[in-house]
Amino acid sequence: MADSLVPVLEAQEKMDTDKMWVIWGPQHPFSHGLWTLKLKIDGEFCVDADPIVGYLHRGWEKETENRDYARIIPMTDRLCYCASMTYSHLYCMTVEKALGIDIPEKAKFIRIVADEVCRIQSHLMWLAAVGTDMGNLTVFLWAMREREYFLDLNVKLCGARMTTNFPRIGGVRNDVTELFDRDIIRAVDRFEKAMWDIIYLIDDSSVFVSRMRKISYLTREQCANMGLTGPAMRGCGVDFDIRRDDPYDNYDKVDFEVPVLNKETKVGDTYDRYMIRIEEMFQSCDIIRQAVQKIRAIGKNAPYRIKTPTKVPAGTTFGRLEDPRGESIMYLASDGTDKPYRLKVRSPIFTNVSCSKAMCEGVRIADVPAVLAQIDMCLGETDR
Amino acid sequence: MDTVLQSPTIEEITQALTSTFPQVEIVSTAERRVKAKCPREISHDVCLFIHDNLTFEHCSVVTAVDYIDHLMVVYLLSNYYTGIMIDLNVDVPNDDLHIDCVTDIWQGANWHERETWELFGIVFDNHPRLERLLTPKTYEFFPFRKSYKMRSQE
Repeated sequence: MADSLVPVLEAQEKMDTDKMWVIWGPQHPFSHGLWTLKLKIDGEFCVDADPIVGYLHRGWEKETENRDYARIIPMTDRLCYCASMTYSHLYCMTVEKALGIDIPEKAKFIRIVADEVCRIQSHLMWLAAVGTDMGNLTVFLWAMREREYFLDLNVKLCGARMTTNFPRIGGVRNDVTELFDRDIIRAVDRFEKAMWDIIYLIDDSSVFVSRMRKISYLTREQCANMGLTGPAMRGCGVDFDIRRDDPYDNYDKVDFEVPVLNKETKVGDTYDRYMIRIEEMFQSCDIIRQAVQKIRAIGKNAPYRIKTPTKVPAGTTFGRLEDPRGESIMYLASDGTDKPYRLKVRSPIFTNVSCSKAMCEGVRIADVPAVLAQIDMCLGETDR
Repeated sequence: MDTVLQSPTIEEITQALTSTFPQVEIVSTAERRVKAKCPREISHDVCLFIHDNLTFEHCSVVTAVDYIDHLMVVYLLSNYYTGIMIDLNVDVPNDDLHIDCVTDIWQGANWHERETWELFGIVFDNHPRLERLLTPKTYEFFPFRKSYKMRSQE
């Protein structure tokens, strides 16, 4: 807690105030979806928090047990509207692993490009949400404007903006379209320049920075033990990225550095958890450039999809992937038929939001939206 | 064995697990993956050993699979230094659906265990707060069991 708060706390102790529960949500501008946050407050400060989720529980996992493998791919898009590409990718990867097949090189690089485009547009959606949470509508508009270019790239690649339905078991649905590589390099070059406008807008605003600095510290051990994953954890000093440390689908053939803040001090505040996502977007641009180069080198007529059997051999397996929001896992138990016996989705936000108690403790009630904006809430995948 | 390995290799993990707990069976190993099976009675001890001595700081998933004649609890545990994951499977008999909770080892397992309880009915002993999380509080059945049929499955 900041030193400037000490006199406030001392004055508060002299007053005789009761602690009380304040309920935020399910319909609240800060929540970005339907969930409730119960906050126990002592004067201005939160002492306890209890998130309530489940308003959107559709039984997604049970639903998949009734469909054959290929028909689950469109459903994976509906898990999260921002990270639809990574979830379809994860599902196809898991089934390929259970089948024990290797997909063509070209498909792997196309998937990398699609994933990183998805990561950038997801982070821009988050940036827009942070802007509104902080009362800065200009950030919202500028971030959404930049996001449009990446959604247009999605349209170019697969015809849809958000529910892409693009990866397939055994590859991807279609090859990159004519001039896609030229367009994506243009978009990325433009984005890297435009991003600096937004960064100046935020970092020059003392209101924006001072609301996030020195609040809600999390240590490295806390993050690891509570299961906080993704950019939020890398902002607090955990040096771990699944793309680098547990590579899947040719990420080991791309050369990139994972941005990690506070490696030495091993403790990070809200601003660090914010800053890491900005850095990740630039990193994604780098990965896109390299992957596009590789796709060009492979050539036009290379295969991008192979035929796969419809029945998956019995056994259990799991796939693991770095989602824009953290670590997502699909655990597949199959019984030798053409339908999954059980498919479990590990959603990163489901665990991240359970950490909100540790995040909110000692934070002023006005700063809670700023703290919880760093979770990057998406209810579709939390409740499943 | 009291040595703490920060970034153990696959061989060190299998060796340490089988020498400390003879009942643990290593089912298979692959690149950065270990699949192990252990009896229910020692599951908490094995988890504690994996956390303390093998530095698996993060519990990714706790879930279950309903095999009709028994249920299987699955723990996916990950090491942040090497990227290795342990897939620990524990069989739970149908007539006694109890297993020790691991929330005291990894706080992150808390909601995963609550979810597994409400969907499969497996009771995690000593859990701090075993309440329904995703489904309504009024539910008295466990919807992810195979015995529960959806309308389209009937």
